[in-house]
Amino acid sequence: MKAVVPILTVLAVIVALWYAAAVWMNAPWERDQAARAGTAITFAQLLPLTMVQERPVLPAPHQVAVGLWEGLAGQAITSKRSLVYHGWVTLSATLLGFAIGTTAGVLLAVGIVHNRAMDLSVMPWAIASQTIPILAIAPMIIVVLNSVGVSGLLPKAIISAYLSFFPVVVGMVKGLRSPDAMQLDLLRTYNASRAATFWKLRLPASMPYLFTSLKVGIAAALVGAIVGELPTGAVAGLGARLLQGSYYGQTVQIWAALFTAAFAAAALVALIGAVQRVTLRRMGMAR
Amino acid sequence: MAGPVIEARGLGLTFQTGDGPVHALKDVNLTIGRGDFVSFIGPSGCGKTTFLRAIAALEQPTEGTLTVNGMTPEQARKSRAYGYVFQAAGLYPWRTIAGNVRLPLEIMGFSKVEQEARVNNVLQLVDLEGFGKKFPWQLSGGMQQRASIARALAFDADILLMDEPFGALDEIVRDRLNEELLKLWARTGKTIGFVTHSIPEAVYLSTRIVVMSPRPGRITDVIDSPLPKERPLDIRDSAEFIAIAHRVREGLRAGHSYEV
Ligand SMILES: Nc1ncnc2c1ncn2[C@@H]1O[C@H](COP(=O)(O)OP(=O)(O)OP(=O)(O)O)[C@@H](O)[C@H]1O
Ligand SMILES: [Mg+2]
Repeated sequence: MKAVVPILTVLAVIVALWYAAAVWMNAPWERDQAARAGTAITFAQLLPLTMVQERPVLPAPHQVAVGLWEGLAGQAITSKRSLVYHGWVTLSATLLGFAIGTTAGVLLAVGIVHNRAMDLSVMPWAIASQTIPILAIAPMIIVVLNSVGVSGLLPKAIISAYLSFFPVVVGMVKGLRSPDAMQLDLLRTYNASRAATFWKLRLPASMPYLFTSLKVGIAAALVGAIVGELPTGAVAGLGARLLQGSYYGQTVQIWAALFTAAFAAAALVALIGAVQRVTLRRMGMAR
Repeated sequence: MAGPVIEARGLGLTFQTGDGPVHALKDVNLTIGRGDFVSFIGPSGCGKTTFLRAIAALEQPTEGTLTVNGMTPEQARKSRAYGYVFQAAGLYPWRTIAGNVRLPLEIMGFSKVEQEARVNNVLQLVDLEGFGKKFPWQLSGGMQQRASIARALAFDADILLMDEPFGALDEIVRDRLNEELLKLWARTGKTIGFVTHSIPEAVYLSTRIVVMSPRPGRITDVIDSPLPKERPLDIRDSAEFIAIAHRVREGLRAGHSYEV
């Protein structure tokens, strides 16, 4: 409960700064209008006008809040204007991509730890893959997959997977290698097979590392899904909302979609955090 | 089984390192009989750990021969000849105490019923009955080390190799564990190889004390203890005890004057 006060304080400061910025950024347009009409406008007259513009440069917080509320609760969730609908489109691609990325990441990590050739060859490629800007590679993935008849959810999920496998590989390799020499020697004195070493020592030891990577990975997966919706002029998904908003100068729509994405990311990370706590407590690793 | 349990003949072990070879062991000759309690004592770097690890087939000797129960160390390992206790308890934090003790049994494929019986048995042996369901962090350092001894005893190896098992514990706990270890040894009749830096600990526990010296690591003295098998803690004030401790100290000193 003690944490609430500082959090609310920070939030209040951010909102206040945001209002100030909205006034400052939307004011030129009002002055412009007044100048065109040949009337003078005082700051007191201008102030309320900057809060209610149709297409503000920076929408005021309450405008975003209204946009968000209408998008989330003001529509049937099957409506093309519902943020729940678009959110779900993006979320389903995120979850599928996250599942693919996590599976691939864990399998690669297991390979890297157990096979010297993979150890030497996979990691540089994994790192190289992440240095290519996703914005450059996303359209290619979409176009290539489209040309072989794969469209819809899967191409977006693959872009999600592309972004989310990397933290999982890195974290899992570190986790699977975390047992020290003494713990490995102990198993050698039992004549333990590599499989036994993996299941009894390496895998459980890697759990804290895995969860940390999953949190990074799921956020990356969400970014991937949104980016995957941008290049193709997709009609559904938070990425599509962002794109349409920017075409038509609907800044409120952009911000509402951004906040939906941020809330979704926070919820997903919190969900993994909860699974982490339960799992580690069950394992006796959290005190 | 007749014959020596551990026999080293002309044993040498050289590590090839970045700055030249390190002679961790050189021309080591030692015979350990069934039921012996042998302590290895010597300054840091004299090869005590290396010798124990060679017995456990964790290191490969580069010269000479080493047999365990008449077999090579690898064969002996496959026949579950020894349990190894490291300086740190090294219990898995995600397993309960019973789960940790069960670890070697699971790996070696004992039946569930057998596992349960053995875990209970060895936990009792190290005075930890009732702590099986606790996690390692809920136990003191001394109790954790006892659990790691139970883990080494669980599959009933007849050799116990211990590398400074009580090195990280305070004097009082150490005394208690020493007493308990002696009782356990008397009850089980195991052959024990025990590395220590403490002269009183070596003299109190052992039937034989092996004094080693470094560069190259070698044996400088082997002392057969005349102390009786039954040893109360206050035996450490007896004249016999002090005489042996003196001889160990002299041996260590002589080893040291070698270098310079
Ligand atoms: N894996 C290794 N590679 C290279 N040198 C090693 C290795 N292990 C041990 N040594 C060297 O071998 C020598 C003997 O080491 P060892 O650990 O057996 O000594 P010790 O008697 O157990 O010492 P301490 O009392 O400090 O534990 C030392 O000089 C050490 O540096
Ligand atoms: Mg040592």
